[in-house]
Amino acid sequence: MTTTSLRAGAIVERCGHEELDALESEAIHVLRELAGERERPVLLFSGGKDSIVLLRLAEKAFRPGPFPFPVMHIDTGHNFAEVVAFRDRRVAELGERLIVASVEDSIRAGRVADVTGPRASRNRLQSVTLLDAIAEQRFDACIGGARRDEERSRAKERIFSVRDDFGGWDPRAQRPEIWDVYNARVRPGEHLRVFPISNWTELDVWHYVEREGLELPSIYFAHERSVLERDGMLYADHPVVERLPGEQPFRTSVRYRTVGDMTCTGAVRSTAATIAEVVAEIAVTSVTERGETRADDRESEAAMEDRKREGYF
Amino acid sequence: MADLLRLATCGSVDDGKSTLIGRLLHDTRQIADDQIEHLQAVSARRGSELDLALLTDGLRAEREQGITIDVAYRQLRIAGRRIVLADCPGHEQYTRNMVTGASTADAAVLLVDARHGVVTQTRRHLAICATLRVPRVVVAVNKMDLVGWRPEPFVSIEAEVASLAGALGAAVPTCVPLSALTGDHVVVPSESLDWHDGPPLAELLARLPADGADRDGPLRMPVQWVLRPAGGAGGGRRFAGRLARGAVRAGDEIVALPSGLRARVVAVEMPGGEVESAAAPASVALRLDRELDIARGDVVCAVADAPTPRRELAATVCWMHERPARAGARLLVKHGTRTTRAIVERIDGRLDLGSLAAVPAGALEVNDLGRVALRLAAPLAADDFAACRATGAFILIDEATNATVAAGMVG
Repeated sequence: MTTTSLRAGAIVERCGHEELDALESEAIHVLRELAGERERPVLLFSGGKDSIVLLRLAEKAFRPGPFPFPVMHIDTGHNFAEVVAFRDRRVAELGERLIVASVEDSIRAGRVADVTGPRASRNRLQSVTLLDAIAEQRFDACIGGARRDEERSRAKERIFSVRDDFGGWDPRAQRPEIWDVYNARVRPGEHLRVFPISNWTELDVWHYVEREGLELPSIYFAHERSVLERDGMLYADHPVVERLPGEQPFRTSVRYRTVGDMTCTGAVRSTAATIAEVVAEIAVTSVTERGETRADDRESEAAMEDRKREGYF
Repeated sequence: MADLLRLATCGSVDDGKSTLIGRLLHDTRQIADDQIEHLQAVSARRGSELDLALLTDGLRAEREQGITIDVAYRQLRIAGRRIVLADCPGHEQYTRNMVTGASTADAAVLLVDARHGVVTQTRRHLAICATLRVPRVVVAVNKMDLVGWRPEPFVSIEAEVASLAGALGAAVPTCVPLSALTGDHVVVPSESLDWHDGPPLAELLARLPADGADRDGPLRMPVQWVLRPAGGAGGGRRFAGRLARGAVRAGDEIVALPSGLRARVVAVEMPGGEVESAAAPASVALRLDRELDIARGDVVCAVADAPTPRRELAATVCWMHERPARAGARLLVKHGTRTTRAIVERIDGRLDLGSLAAVPAGALEVNDLGRVALRLAAPLAADDFAACRATGAFILIDEATNATVAAGMVG
């Protein structure tokens, strides 16, 4: 496994320290508020850049004490090996508790049926594994790294968002959320989803990674990879991505803009090997990160809203 | 570097809020290619031209009905200025969501349809902005294309808005004529509106000061969390919270309310490490010179100017629940980081949107603005909302359903 460690270089245009400081202060306030209000929160960690930022914010909110919550990863079994290794190392460095809930286990237990075929993705199955883990561990709040700029229905999310007994989100019945006085009350069986970096953009996350000198999994930076081109996206050439007739793998220099399941996350052609180069590419890109690299959001006009209603993150 | 501006857009349904935001994003080239393609595809399916409102109306139900139900948050940049925008619904039924969007705003853009002028919902939103003390309000008089670009409708709306603001005790809003549909005077100045003597909306927004005045004053910090180092390393407990107002520096004497315990600050810790001093709205952790029984829910205040904890509150509330507020109701009040029980002692009237005067009321219905007297189970270290928004604000929660039923402002 390789990871690229990058230290802060020049602050790239258009994002001042004041903005990041304001966003950081807001996120820390949200984390401390949740810790004060709920008994059994958990931080959802995917190994992606947004949840890596969450871990740093949790350090800033709670050190020199321990985190008042464990860290949980929903492993589809189709995650990038680099990301899984990074996850284990990062959480161990922090000395915090890691819980891995596995979609493989859900399949073995008969909770979900695996999907097969060239376009099969376990992305949707994760919701069942997540909700089972929440019920089993009696978590009453999940901290996530979702941002409002990612996607249409996420733009409608509260910072403290209630999920019903079935993990469902009812976007028409959201609680009013006034000032920063958060209502974190839930009834037994319900839980909260809490989003400390709601108001951050993709660029804010990169600027913060740069400023804090955070390490990211190597797949965020340009590397040679064997890929398949499908529907205008580059998929990893890997046994879990079944080829369609006529698809020929080829090698090219790519990086990932988001990190999800291999079966639904695309790479972009890139030679950006440092944070500064990635930021420069993103600053001029004319396509959003989910539009460019996430097959799961392309299914329909409201694909994300529909998954969120079922308990997806 | 200009400050980050939190902006809310409001106004009556069909006044064109979502279209205006779409226009701002489009004309400042902030819509990504895949979003444009998506809009074109969906617009074509619906048999319309490029419908910019679909950019912010993200929920199925919103697209189906062509209305905004809940607040959508968008990021935009105008002339270098970072704006976090809350696009609020106009429907009376979703007023609680408008309150959500306006509560965190440094400024609000209130849309008025030039053909219809000031309507009840305009009055309601102006009153809410005034009550929430949104620091600046800009009135965008939209659909000027549909009144033939004539100045008369604009001038009369401008006069009426000024008189309403006067009645509400709020500053007179700046009014801007424009058309979100055609883009006139949104980002670029309009020839059709050359009789108007002000900049286009975008320019106005780029120059609006973010609110800072409310952050200055004697220290207030609700304690969120007590940090206990593992194994006692790093010397003792820290009291963590976000500075709601004022600044704190090592050596300051503070008082924790409601207990009244006093101590001196030994060190101020910020996320990056120890600092000489920190100012609102920073998140900090304070080390004190003695072990005091301070906990979540307490408010750390400047000794020289601390509020007297109160067991009775007179307050203005935005009532947001279908079940009306009546005298005798038992609720939870969450103020800062403290939650306590409250009883509604009296309803002291509601705001009549027609006359903008307080009228007697036996109950507050959903979407009413009214005055209440609350009796509390435990004292709260509250300021008047007019003196400090952060420590003058509270929410009311129905304990049985956990619903947030009201936004409250002390004083």
